[in-house]
Amino acid sequence: MRRYLRLFFVQLRTSLTTGMQYRWEFLIDGLMALFWAAMALLPLWVLAGTGREVEGWTHPEMIVVLGWFVVLKGLLDGAVNPSLMAVVEHIRKGTLDFVLLKPADAQFLVSTARFDPWKMVDLPAGGAILVYAFSLLGRAPDAAHIAAALLLLVAASLVLYSLWILVVSAAFFVVRLDNLAFLFMSIYDFARWPVSIFKGAMRLVFTFVIPLAIMTTYPARALLGKLAPAVVAVVFLGAIGFMIVARLVWVRAIGRYTSASS
Amino acid sequence: MTMRAALRAYPTLLRVGLAEAVAYRAEMLVWMLTTTMPLVSLALWHAVAESGPIGRFGPRELTSYFLAGLIVRQVTSSWVVWEMNQEIRTGTLSLRLLRPIHPLLGYSAENLAALPIRGALSLPVALAMLFLGGSEGVSRFLDDPTLVPMLIAALVGAWLITFLLMCAIGALGFFMESSSSVFEVYLGLFFALSGYLFPLEFLAARAPWVMGATRALPFYYQLGFPIELMLGLLDRRAALRGLAIEWAYVAFFYLLATRLWRLGMRRFGAYGA
Repeated sequence: MRRYLRLFFVQLRTSLTTGMQYRWEFLIDGLMALFWAAMALLPLWVLAGTGREVEGWTHPEMIVVLGWFVVLKGLLDGAVNPSLMAVVEHIRKGTLDFVLLKPADAQFLVSTARFDPWKMVDLPAGGAILVYAFSLLGRAPDAAHIAAALLLLVAASLVLYSLWILVVSAAFFVVRLDNLAFLFMSIYDFARWPVSIFKGAMRLVFTFVIPLAIMTTYPARALLGKLAPAVVAVVFLGAIGFMIVARLVWVRAIGRYTSASS
Repeated sequence: MTMRAALRAYPTLLRVGLAEAVAYRAEMLVWMLTTTMPLVSLALWHAVAESGPIGRFGPRELTSYFLAGLIVRQVTSSWVVWEMNQEIRTGTLSLRLLRPIHPLLGYSAENLAALPIRGALSLPVALAMLFLGGSEGVSRFLDDPTLVPMLIAALVGAWLITFLLMCAIGALGFFMESSSSVFEVYLGLFFALSGYLFPLEFLAARAPWVMGATRALPFYYQLGFPIELMLGLLDRRAALRGLAIEWAYVAFFYLLATRLWRLGMRRFGAYGA
């Protein structure tokens, strides 16, 4: 365990030093992240002009959901996406051999291989959106609610990460996968609204199959104090279960890896 | 290279492009599926409109609007900016320069050739739209026979604006390390001001002057205008005025793209060549 923790920090440091070389990129990426966060707020701003509630969600409450959307996007773009894009490339070229030969767990190595610290500008941007939403509400969230929301954020990251592992496992079978990653990102776009605006089958899919609801709607409701503690516990356990499934699939998939020349 | 020779070569280029598009059809399907934004927007506004229409848009009109948006986006799409970026950066553009045809024409053939497949794949969306939007859609086209040519002119114009604008941004790659951040800014403005996230009329309640400005900017003519024309939301005069502005923009971006291309050509060193 200690060894893995040390390994994690080594990998993180390498990514940071690589990232430091591109300071201009940081500035541009940072500005871009703010720009896109503003863009994400635009429809809600227009919606506020009509003065309507949507399925019982008021304007500031919808902004809370959007805040979580931006935070999680930051995690996805900065910590999850770069590493896993690198694995897909490894699988395609056959250079995954070098990773498999190393005396550490392959899933751990590939998942921590690359971080794009600059892409994480979305994290503070999302935080700012949350602060803004609560200033509209005219109150601060309870400490207990914040704790529940953070717990759900961890669960959401686990789910997101597991989904990614599943996608990457698919790369062992179909090889060409970079656009599947984009497909995933565009499905993730549905998470920017509260899940209750979806009806029937769509809502079931977004709650259980591609659990977008867990990623943004549930943390938002927890932060607003509208979620029972039991639900938080169930979601958290569900996320851990999902991660175990993803791990099993990964182990099976990696057995199918045939290296470059075969 | 004379114009005549270019015209003679063009059908062949289209055929080559089509063969390529057919070869990578699965990949193209996945790319097309990534266009979920109109559906994301539809989900929001549909839920809002259920408590009563927003302006002239009830749930049904909104469904038609965003499905039409999906179709317009599919048949006017272009990816030339990524291709140019890559070819300028790696120097593979030299190969294209060796061919006896203007590279921008070559790009346009590749992009156009994908349209039949994109069109065919958006056919189900069009059918869903007709089905959900009721029969008024069909009868509108039968009542006013000029609607069809106007719609075609609007779509061609929208594609040309998109393509030429992308060429202009791509040509910036001759002058800068990478033009992709310029493109991203363009994309953001396009999302906000073209009617992609909401019908631009919704802005009237919030910021009337922004709505006025969108009529003067190119983005509306790339998406919102063809959609509104398709759904019969524009009267004859507004449609003709829109077409005039749209095609003025086509001319403007044609001049801009070719000018930037010529200037950039002088700086192109074909790295490593």
